[in-house]
Amino acid sequence: MTPSTPQLPVTLRVNGVPRTLTLDPRVTLLDTLREHLHLTGTKKGCDHGQCGACTVLVDGTRLLSCLTLAVMHDGQAVTTVEGLGTPDALHPLQDAFIRHDGYQCGYCTPGQLCSSVGTLDEIARGVPSHVTADLDDVSFSAEELRERLSGNICRCAAYPNIIAAVSEVHAAQNGTAQPEKGQ
Amino acid sequence: MRAFTYERALTPQAAAGATLAEGAKFIAGGTNLLDLMKLDIERPAHLVDINRLELNAVTDTADGGLHVGALVTNTDLASHPRVKADYAVLSRAIVAGASGQIRNKATTGGNLLQRARCPYFYDTNLPCNKREPGSGCAALTGLSRPLAVIGTSDACIAQHPSDMAVALRVLDATVNTLKADGTGRTLALDDFYRLPGDTPHLETTLEAGELITGVTLPPPPGGTHVYRKVRDRASYAFALVSVAAVLNGRDSRFAFGGVAPRPWRVEEAETARAGAEPDARARAVIDAAFADARPTEQNAFKIPLLRRTLSAVLAQASGEEK
Repeated sequence: MTPSTPQLPVTLRVNGVPRTLTLDPRVTLLDTLREHLHLTGTKKGCDHGQCGACTVLVDGTRLLSCLTLAVMHDGQAVTTVEGLGTPDALHPLQDAFIRHDGYQCGYCTPGQLCSSVGTLDEIARGVPSHVTADLDDVSFSAEELRERLSGNICRCAAYPNIIAAVSEVHAAQNGTAQPEKGQ
Repeated sequence: MRAFTYERALTPQAAAGATLAEGAKFIAGGTNLLDLMKLDIERPAHLVDINRLELNAVTDTADGGLHVGALVTNTDLASHPRVKADYAVLSRAIVAGASGQIRNKATTGGNLLQRARCPYFYDTNLPCNKREPGSGCAALTGLSRPLAVIGTSDACIAQHPSDMAVALRVLDATVNTLKADGTGRTLALDDFYRLPGDTPHLETTLEAGELITGVTLPPPPGGTHVYRKVRDRASYAFALVSVAAVLNGRDSRFAFGGVAPRPWRVEEAETARAGAEPDARARAVIDAAFADARPTEQNAFKIPLLRRTLSAVLAQASGEEK
């Protein structure tokens, strides 16, 4: 009974590669990645913006791919967990998550990794959080990380290990943001 | 999700014109609208994507205030140097809401238009006058713990969910709009938001096609800025109650969130026992501002909770000012 809607052309640069698709405007960015581009690293958790499993980076900024339409991002660059690193050349956060056992069941992990990349960049750019004491002095701390990653739910409760992994990467970067791969 | 047609607007006036049609809606960040579309609560036939409009700048106004474009993201607004320096209560309110991912996408205009989070609004199996006008309100006799205590009606007791709007209310911000005929309006928040009455599905005074182009902040009010939010978990949750305060001695202002269908402020209550110690002053302000409250048995706790929250805000501010 659903009337057909015109399909629309959409071009996304996904993990550095231009991809041109023809999509129903209803298709979310998440479903585009998983069902049309077969990049299944990004996970569909709640599909309503409550769990963070679908977090990707668009033009370097973390967002929820379940709550946005692919057609809204025509011409933009999308980085998924597949674009952060490879098994042979892990992103420093992927490497740190392994060493600190931040993965557990792993369903939340792609979102946790993309969110962590975005978070370190936001701290470096001076974006405040709810726990930032001085709005003009945004600095790194485990408390900041817990607040900033609160949109990423992990029922395995890997949180302490994730905090340890991200903290280690931040320390290794000496307080500067890691240039994002695949951009 | 139901089918819809989609277009990208290239000018604000074209966007307003394209959205005059029945069933047409603007989409900006989409973080609330798309969720509601998936749940079959919002059913637009046509989406007008306004993301390419040049409404994403924060600019100084001639009188020393600030104009915030409707498409400025929550993150960019909370991070803007002038907002952090001159309107800190706004930065604090924004970062108290949602998650980093959502704040990166959600916009200033969209935040003002986000819809109620009443559990009965979200459950399409149950009556809700806001979702299906005339169907009734299951919340009145249901689980009303998170809902509003003042400004409500027998048709609806949903509370406004925004933190940002509470700070905008205490700052006397105005909403700027544009209609398809090229005329615009400037609305105070109390004129922008309707109280539910017997038409709770009509939440704002916006007309068909009328586009929010931005928000204007008057010159900085000075003083100490505080936003204190009380919720069931420490992060990523809506307010049970919240207080936005700009504390400037006798001229202190207070707006309250989580308690009414729009940000709640009663200017006449603000001078109540100014200068008194925090508990006494908070009691006087809340007694005056909530004299007409009609809480349910389940959410009556919000008024004493708000009184204690305001007392804590006053104590915190006096400590900072010493």
